[in-house]
Amino acid sequence: MAAFTIAAGTGNWFSALALGVTLLKCLLIPTYHSTDFEVHRNWLAITHSLPISQWYYEATSEWTLDYPPFFAWFEYILSHVAKYFDQEMLNVRNLNYSSSRTLLFQRFSVIFMDVLFVYAVHECCKCIDGKKVGKELTEKPKFILSVLLLWNFGLLIVDHIHFQYNGFLFGLMLLSIARLFQKRHMEGAFFFAVLLHFKHIYLYVAPAYGVYLLRSYCFTANKPDGSIRWNSFSFVRVISLGLVVFLVSALSLGPFLALNQLPQVFSRLFPFKRGLCHAYWAPNFWALYNALDKVLSVIGLKLKFLDPNNIPKASMTSGLVQQFQHTVLPSVTPLTTLICTLIAILPSIFCLWFKPQGPRGFLRCLTLCALSSFMFGWHVHEKAILLAILPMSLLSVQKAGDASIFLILTTTGHYSLFPLLFTAPELPIKILLMLLFTIYSISSLKTLFRKEKPLFNWMETFYLLGLGPLEVCCEFVFPFTSWKEGNGSRLKNTLLLPTQTRI
Amino acid sequence: MEKWYLMTIVVLIGLTVRWTVSLNSYSGAGKPPMFGDYEAQRHWQEITFNLPVKQWYFNSSDNNLQYWGLDYPPLTAYHSLLCAYVAKFINPDWIALHTSRGYESQAHKLFMRTTVLIADLLIYIPAVVLYCCCLKDISTKKKIANALCILLYPGLILIDYGHFQNIYNSVSLGFALWGVLGVSCDWDLLGSLAFCLAINYKQMELYHSLPFFCFLLGKCFKKGLKGKGFVLLVKLACTVVASFVLCWLPFFTEREQTLQVLRRLFPVDRGLFEDKVANIWCSFNVFLKIRDILPRHIQLIMSFCFTFLSLLPACIKLTLQPSSKGFRLTLLKLYSVILFFFLYHFRPVCLVLSEIPFMSTWFLLVSTFSLLPLLLKDELLMPSVVTTMAFFIACVTSFSIFEKTSEEELQLKSFSISVRKYLPCFTFLSRMIQYLFLISVITMVLLTLMTVTLDPPQKLPDLFSVLVCFVSCLNFLFFLVYFNIIIMWDSKSGRNQKKIS
Repeated sequence: MAAFTIAAGTGNWFSALALGVTLLKCLLIPTYHSTDFEVHRNWLAITHSLPISQWYYEATSEWTLDYPPFFAWFEYILSHVAKYFDQEMLNVRNLNYSSSRTLLFQRFSVIFMDVLFVYAVHECCKCIDGKKVGKELTEKPKFILSVLLLWNFGLLIVDHIHFQYNGFLFGLMLLSIARLFQKRHMEGAFFFAVLLHFKHIYLYVAPAYGVYLLRSYCFTANKPDGSIRWNSFSFVRVISLGLVVFLVSALSLGPFLALNQLPQVFSRLFPFKRGLCHAYWAPNFWALYNALDKVLSVIGLKLKFLDPNNIPKASMTSGLVQQFQHTVLPSVTPLTTLICTLIAILPSIFCLWFKPQGPRGFLRCLTLCALSSFMFGWHVHEKAILLAILPMSLLSVQKAGDASIFLILTTTGHYSLFPLLFTAPELPIKILLMLLFTIYSISSLKTLFRKEKPLFNWMETFYLLGLGPLEVCCEFVFPFTSWKEGNGSRLKNTLLLPTQTRI
Repeated sequence: MEKWYLMTIVVLIGLTVRWTVSLNSYSGAGKPPMFGDYEAQRHWQEITFNLPVKQWYFNSSDNNLQYWGLDYPPLTAYHSLLCAYVAKFINPDWIALHTSRGYESQAHKLFMRTTVLIADLLIYIPAVVLYCCCLKDISTKKKIANALCILLYPGLILIDYGHFQNIYNSVSLGFALWGVLGVSCDWDLLGSLAFCLAINYKQMELYHSLPFFCFLLGKCFKKGLKGKGFVLLVKLACTVVASFVLCWLPFFTEREQTLQVLRRLFPVDRGLFEDKVANIWCSFNVFLKIRDILPRHIQLIMSFCFTFLSLLPACIKLTLQPSSKGFRLTLLKLYSVILFFFLYHFRPVCLVLSEIPFMSTWFLLVSTFSLLPLLLKDELLMPSVVTTMAFFIACVTSFSIFEKTSEEELQLKSFSISVRKYLPCFTFLSRMIQYLFLISVITMVLLTLMTVTLDPPQKLPDLFSVLVCFVSCLNFLFFLVYFNIIIMWDSKSGRNQKKIS
């Protein structure tokens, strides 16, 4: 009985939070799932039934394998568990197969892999120093950070409703960040290298890692004024870092190099034939650019500056994934977006190099890299905003300034994910969970920093409160007007842009 | 953090859990010709919308009482009518007379689930929130934890949002809770009005009327029958009569109408139990086929007598010494008795969650477990397991129930002192109860696993359901004894205190 008491009754809040959110995830099993569900089923089938040489060539289904090899191996391992649930899902020809057992298996696999995320959050909490605000458990930074990460609205709806495996990937990223905070740089580098070979979207933040490790790990000491001390350069460290990255990459890409399939793999990983914007516009700079282009073309047509015959027929707003030409403004190429992104991350990289502020500076740079790539990247998904939100949570519980930026970023970022769940039964869920997370994050951070100046000025408060009426318009008013709902969500996304520019 | 933020979050969690459970299947889904309770609700909307009031409770060519005839009081009918108006606005096919029988669609399911959620949001949840805020002598944090545990109670969620019982339990329970709240906080008229509404929504609430009546009578006596007490009595009587008249107005026009409604509400030809329920008669039936031996009306009279007699001492005490706490405890005893005999309504055990957290949690877990056969029939295994675990974790972390198993915490101090007068070695009560809890939980888990994974033997197809009933009933017997002990020894210590003061 005593052991039972210790295990269950001592009020171990972290376990309770983790268990609670896991139970919520179990309740979300019967919800709507997107085509990503079929994507992963297809990958299970491909990796299970075909030899490695076929993995990146198989194209029976339209959802071809476009993640790096480690993820393919992960699906391979999963498929060996899947065969005990339903053998039929592993048949490549069974397109759109979704028996109840398949659903159960896939959902449980996501929930199970979140264990890594829970562990990473636990490690991150250790890196936060507890400010002495009050004795209340709910006011401790560790508690607030745990809730903000474990119960993150974006992660819940993207992973457990829409269906993806972001949980454990973000777990790897948070773990590498935690290791860097704990001065275990080699482990941090290792985890990040592994992460890159699971999902290459994390390349967005690779510059931050690269510069930080070079500046703060390879140069072992600074001059008293904080600037670089060139003679403290450690070749051993550089070489060991390089070795780690090389070995991980060799493990991942080696087999495909041996099969001479590297070009094919890279063409799958970086499909530039897809358009500038995703089917649903991510609320980034190019969305505004497209909107401006559209507005100008409409004005141009009305004022007879443009010839209707010259306008390309394909519309950017039709929700398809294709390449387009802009009508009025100059067209955008992948190279342009790369240059814009590089220009955007340059200031933070410079800061990280010339004025390193330890792990916290690194985290800031990482968040800015993620955000800049989101704003100016090619074919960005709106889910990529999570790349900026999750690391920023760590900063938000330590400084009031960071907290206010975090709150605006997270509220609008999460709100921009709403179009992902467009079915009627999921409407109450997304609204309830959004309210839950938003109310909690705002009230807990306000309480944490109540002794400092208020978190929001009147403009920011007005902006945030305006999201409510906007949602009412989009969900309840637009569908009954002559505008199609698709246009409504694009309008919503373009209105969310001001938040990014503020940051 | 400020109280109202936390309370909002608790309410949002409760609502989220409710809605996610509602995404699952409902009773009678896709099972013609009778379908299930969900179809009953839809049918009542059809009847109340299309037929005039006078025909609602009568058998006719348009209203076949054998097919889910209306058998709840008028307020349920009015509620169905309200829902029907909304349904008409959205899609008239849902309530078209005759042609909408067995109508099932995703949109309709969404509509029905939404009506339950709105009813919950308007009546039950505010009652719970207000109740927890009005609790005395506990910290803000405990009040909010209390609200969380009550809102997470799996039994109510699974029945209303999963199974979709043919009555909106949250409405009747919400009204009853408003009644308790009103009466405990000295808003007597409001309390009695709310309770009358509860009775007019679901006639089963009549069982609760005895403690209500005794408590209010006791208050009148306390104020003195010659002065304020008499005024209060008159006011209460007027409130009760007025609320009944308002609800039954269309049915008071003819004697035959009133009688027919009463006949539908209290069908004396139903027996002591239907299906396999976890009450004493079902368990008893295993040994002695009581259902077959005694005629129906004798069974009914017997059960009423038992219930009434076992409640009498507590009710008399309540009349003589009206106190909020005594009122709640009597309600509790009432529930254990009713459960024992009839299996209805275990939720108000939630009312004493903060005072006796360990026993209440145990009680509520068993009550959810007793629903297992019903839930499995509706394919609600996953939501039931998940919500039960969530409830358990909430109770454990909010109240640290495993640290509250001492004699004093279980309110058994006076009892064990009395026993120790005769048996000096009786010191192991607390540990005994802990072990019983462990055994109980292990048995429940094992039975659940067995019911899900194994097939019952050919000769005994209902083996698992009966076992579930039996185990639940044993637990309820234990709780009956426990609550009786608390009430009786509470009265004794009360008397002693009176002597001293």
